[in-house]
Amino acid sequence: MSTTQNQFHRDAERTTADVPRRAFLRKALRGYEVKRDETKATFTDWQKARNVAANIKYDGVNHLDRYLLEFEEKFTARGGKVFWASNSAQAREYILQLARDRGVRSIIKSKAMTSEEIHLNDALESEGYHVVESDLGEFIQQLKHEPPYHFVFPCMHLKRDEISALFEKELGSAPTDSPEELTMIARAFMRRQYIDADMGISGGNFLVAETGMVSITENEGNARLTTGLPRIHVALVGIEKVLPKLSDLALFLPMLATAGTGQHMTCYNSMFGGARQPGETDGPEEFHVVLLDNHRTRLLADAEQRDALGCIRCGACLNVCPIFKNIGGHAYGTTYQGPIGSVITPHFRGLQDWKHLSGASSLCGACTDACPVKIDIHHHLLHNRRNAVDQKPVWWEKIVWFGYVQTMTRPWFLRLANKLAPLAQKLHPLVLGGLFDPVRNWTKTRDFPEVAEESFHDWWAKRKEQSK
Amino acid sequence: MRVTLFIPCFIDSLYPHVGVAMVKVLERLGHEVLYPEGQTCCGQPPFNSGYWDEARVVASRQLEFFKDAEVVVSASGSCGAMFKVFYPQLFEGRPEEAAAKSLSSRCFEFSDFLVNRLNVRDVGARFDGKVTFHDGCHGLRELGTKQEPRELLRAVKGLELVEMGENESCCGFGGMFAVKYPEISTAMAEVKCNSILDTGVEYVVSNDSSCLMQIQGWLDRNSPRTVKSLHLAEVLANQ
Repeated sequence: MSTTQNQFHRDAERTTADVPRRAFLRKALRGYEVKRDETKATFTDWQKARNVAANIKYDGVNHLDRYLLEFEEKFTARGGKVFWASNSAQAREYILQLARDRGVRSIIKSKAMTSEEIHLNDALESEGYHVVESDLGEFIQQLKHEPPYHFVFPCMHLKRDEISALFEKELGSAPTDSPEELTMIARAFMRRQYIDADMGISGGNFLVAETGMVSITENEGNARLTTGLPRIHVALVGIEKVLPKLSDLALFLPMLATAGTGQHMTCYNSMFGGARQPGETDGPEEFHVVLLDNHRTRLLADAEQRDALGCIRCGACLNVCPIFKNIGGHAYGTTYQGPIGSVITPHFRGLQDWKHLSGASSLCGACTDACPVKIDIHHHLLHNRRNAVDQKPVWWEKIVWFGYVQTMTRPWFLRLANKLAPLAQKLHPLVLGGLFDPVRNWTKTRDFPEVAEESFHDWWAKRKEQSK
Repeated sequence: MRVTLFIPCFIDSLYPHVGVAMVKVLERLGHEVLYPEGQTCCGQPPFNSGYWDEARVVASRQLEFFKDAEVVVSASGSCGAMFKVFYPQLFEGRPEEAAAKSLSSRCFEFSDFLVNRLNVRDVGARFDGKVTFHDGCHGLRELGTKQEPRELLRAVKGLELVEMGENESCCGFGGMFAVKYPEISTAMAEVKCNSILDTGVEYVVSNDSSCLMQIQGWLDRNSPRTVKSLHLAEVLANQ
């Protein structure tokens, strides 16, 4: 068992035992589901909208060669700089070098999962830069020295009193139970950071090829300040985020808001086309877009799972996932949690080390139903399982399935096993739940049904005999 | 109609009365029931575990047993989904592909067969009790069966159907998942079962015995003698 898998088992065991936290999460996500369904109902036809969105994203992903170049051409024509980063090291180094060259001291960031993916904060801080996250949830997680719990709601697992205690400890604020007051504490701290920052780092929800623009969706206005106030703006964006046309946003902005948070539209939707132009009075002096591959092209090369690159990071699949609801976000140990994370992480970080996430699913399919761009999420978990076995079968599993095949291809053997099972079951209490219980992973927490004295097969055979 | 039964391996040995109940209902409706006796497992356990070669060995036998059947009716939504949805994928590009697609088109889950193929809602059943229905995920999402079992239950005399809050939530069974990740699987069962208990019903009914094994297993351990699980066919066979 790999260390990542061991860690996952340990964490899942710990988090599933935390019953109050699970109930808290479930309640929060139930509220979200109600809101999402209300907003979904305001679409003329949500299913058709999903089809259209899936097709647009699939077109984008299948023609990255064309659309990314179009984006670069349009964006650089207005003075922007594009850097193509093949991997996380290149992306980090480009941003670090930029900070060094421009004499940057202080950096403010808006929400960017790509930044988590390449561990940008660690790299910046280790070189002595002062880095502050401006998204409230990310800010809280930064103070806690914890990665985001959910890639849309970074601190959804925390209760108000926990946040208050954290602020008290880290910022010296007075305890409070009011969400407004908590927000104001963070806001008062952050205003100063915006003004002091030399560099603002953002992510990007969409890249529009047609106009060479970066589209950012947010609710707090922090991304506007992050991108507008410092003299340098760097957007770190995955290559799969490209959309062909500006008009595509007419569908994707409301769709992302609906699937993500149950809103019609998020509070702020901004388009960034370049740095300060001649004659303009504000905006950054420089604007860099780092286009991040970091193994996305590996996923692109997999025709079966390529649609997973269409993900708009709305988080809908996490919000409906019974695994996520019960183990929480940190147990995954990945940048991208939940079902979509379990699909893409093996492509990004190695199949053998991360295949257990694809196994840790009942394949219920709630994720696939919820996905606004119709990624075949739960079937891709099956594909990952198959690919992992094709690449490197597990020896003892191979033996188990060999035995299974021998039994299932010899009905007489299966019948014999059925005949002996009731007797074996009578002896079962001797080892029940212990080390020698062959089904202890079941019997530790659940009862096992009694094997019937007469199988259906036997009943049928007897009936046939009698009717002769 | 000549109806060929697919009785999955675990129903054969653990829940034979489900198969018996299906025979009873189908014969009551005037159909001839057939049962190829060599059938065993659909191959889903190795398939879901990534061992597709092993799954194919077992699945190809099933293709043989059911090749001449007019319609195949499965006692389990999950194993039915294996025939209907996953066999064509499992045999894609192989000599058995045509046979797999053919079986897929002839295979029905029990409630889907009654309502959509036979156009029957009232099977003449009587069942006195308060009941909630659990949607097995494969039946619900792979086969799209949601209203069919409810329509059948509403037509049963004496039966009161109550919906639970978590009716579409997975029970946490998931085949090998239940023993590979027992802590997660059990947490899911707990959420599901508490939702069932909240309704105050006497019975939880499903069209999938595998989910019911999980649900009853958790209930027997944590809340014994509160709610009894029944397969839809058992309710419909009752008079």
